[in-house]
Amino acid sequence: MAANASDLQASPLVVAGLSHSFGRRQALRDVSFELHRGDRAMLLGLNGAGKTTLFSLITRLYNHRGGSIRIFGWEIRQKPSEALSRLGVVFQLPTLDPDLSVAQNLFYHAALHGLPRREAAARIGREIERVGLSDRMHEKARTLSGGQRRRVEIARALIHQPKMLLLDEPTVGLDIASRQFLLDHVRMLCREEGLAALWATHLIDEVDPAARVIVLHHGRILAEGPVPEVIRGANATSIREAFDKLTGERGE
Amino acid sequence: MKPVHYYRCLRGIVWREGLRFVNQRGRFIAALVRPLVWLVIFAAGFRFVLGVSIIPPYQTYIPYEEYIAPGLIGMIQLFQAMQSTLSMVWDREMGSMRTLLVSPLPRWFLLVSKMVATVAVAVLQSYVFLGIAWFWGIQPPPIGYLTVLPALILSGMMLSALGLFISSAIRQLENFAGVMNFVIFPMFFASSALYPLWTVREANEKLYYVCMVNPFTHAVELVRFALYEQFNGEACAVVAAALVVFMALAILGYDPGRGLIVRRGGGPE
Repeated sequence: MAANASDLQASPLVVAGLSHSFGRRQALRDVSFELHRGDRAMLLGLNGAGKTTLFSLITRLYNHRGGSIRIFGWEIRQKPSEALSRLGVVFQLPTLDPDLSVAQNLFYHAALHGLPRREAAARIGREIERVGLSDRMHEKARTLSGGQRRRVEIARALIHQPKMLLLDEPTVGLDIASRQFLLDHVRMLCREEGLAALWATHLIDEVDPAARVIVLHHGRILAEGPVPEVIRGANATSIREAFDKLTGERGE
Repeated sequence: MKPVHYYRCLRGIVWREGLRFVNQRGRFIAALVRPLVWLVIFAAGFRFVLGVSIIPPYQTYIPYEEYIAPGLIGMIQLFQAMQSTLSMVWDREMGSMRTLLVSPLPRWFLLVSKMVATVAVAVLQSYVFLGIAWFWGIQPPPIGYLTVLPALILSGMMLSALGLFISSAIRQLENFAGVMNFVIFPMFFASSALYPLWTVREANEKLYYVCMVNPFTHAVELVRFALYEQFNGEACAVVAAALVVFMALAILGYDPGRGLIVRRGGGPE
């Protein structure tokens, strides 16, 4: 998508007053935060904190009821097409088609975004090279290891050149080396290309001091900001201690 | 999004469906062999059990094989429709549906594209089957091969719309066996695919009415008449109406505001 004026001014992601419930179960309560260009935010929460619901709402799997979600200024409910075309997503569950080759999987994604084939080929070649898998392009996704599949999924999420990247627990089930590769790759994308990234995790040691952190607990944001600030704010010495204090204080 | 984006997206979805069909070797072979087993073994066995009298569109006594050929085309379409749409439900593990639904194109268009892709593969399969059946003595008039095409497209769209609707409505299916038991077998057996409805009526009046409201019956009859260069208006009307209803239900089922997908939530966290 060609960048327009609003893309240069508007924040990559603004979530304001977001609430959502399934029947009686309140999954998110008054969630608000904002990501700026180049921000790398770790959405930290235990299982059941509401991370997946938040991601489902941002990707418009279903509509939010209260509050708003804006991607580069585009409200996801009112302008879903504009919003989604600016968003790259790595889902929690593996989403490559194992019976198709790596290249075929990536071309399919490019088609879903309406990219012409030649342009898609160039971008696919570039992204797949950056994750070091050029030599596996024509092998079936089935033959790749879990870590390699994740790398392909990151490459795929970037083919339509989004400036906002969502990653839903991308390192679950990966070995240490693959996990480190992903962390480094996303860090590089934010630093060098100005991407904003929202990375959901329940692993506290994935949160490094240079990132922002959003602590989500039982559907509420308990703290948000640069990691050192959140640690200070909680009167703690480490993010782990801060997390325990923040979530423990409420006796939950 | 301009028309060219829609076109590229549709092309990509159809292309992927074709690749999946060819690349899943087991599924590919099964899809080709299944109707042939029915034609060669089942029909041969029942040839002398079921007498087929002269009923439209046939103008003469026909062997049983010839009678069930359109029913087997219906079976090809039914299997293809359920496999490709309902696989999205157990593919939720693989997330193929999530990948589809984050496309910036409108959701109804993505669903229709998925249906078109399903039908494209089903139509190809049907012609391959008709080609092989020709050597087995099923030889409808040459023009019939042309006139059957719109019937194949319409009935295929109807069945894949049904599949999409079911995929939005059910929480999960353990595997394809569940679909076989609860969708494919009832629809296939309670229809005119294997026996003319007048024989069903003689055997059991109630079952006859079940067959009559089964849209699959009308899909089979539409294909049967079209294959012999005839147009069955009633069947066409029923199939078209069923298509509209199922498609509306599927689009509603996947609607991010009102659909069943909303109530179901985002799955386990």
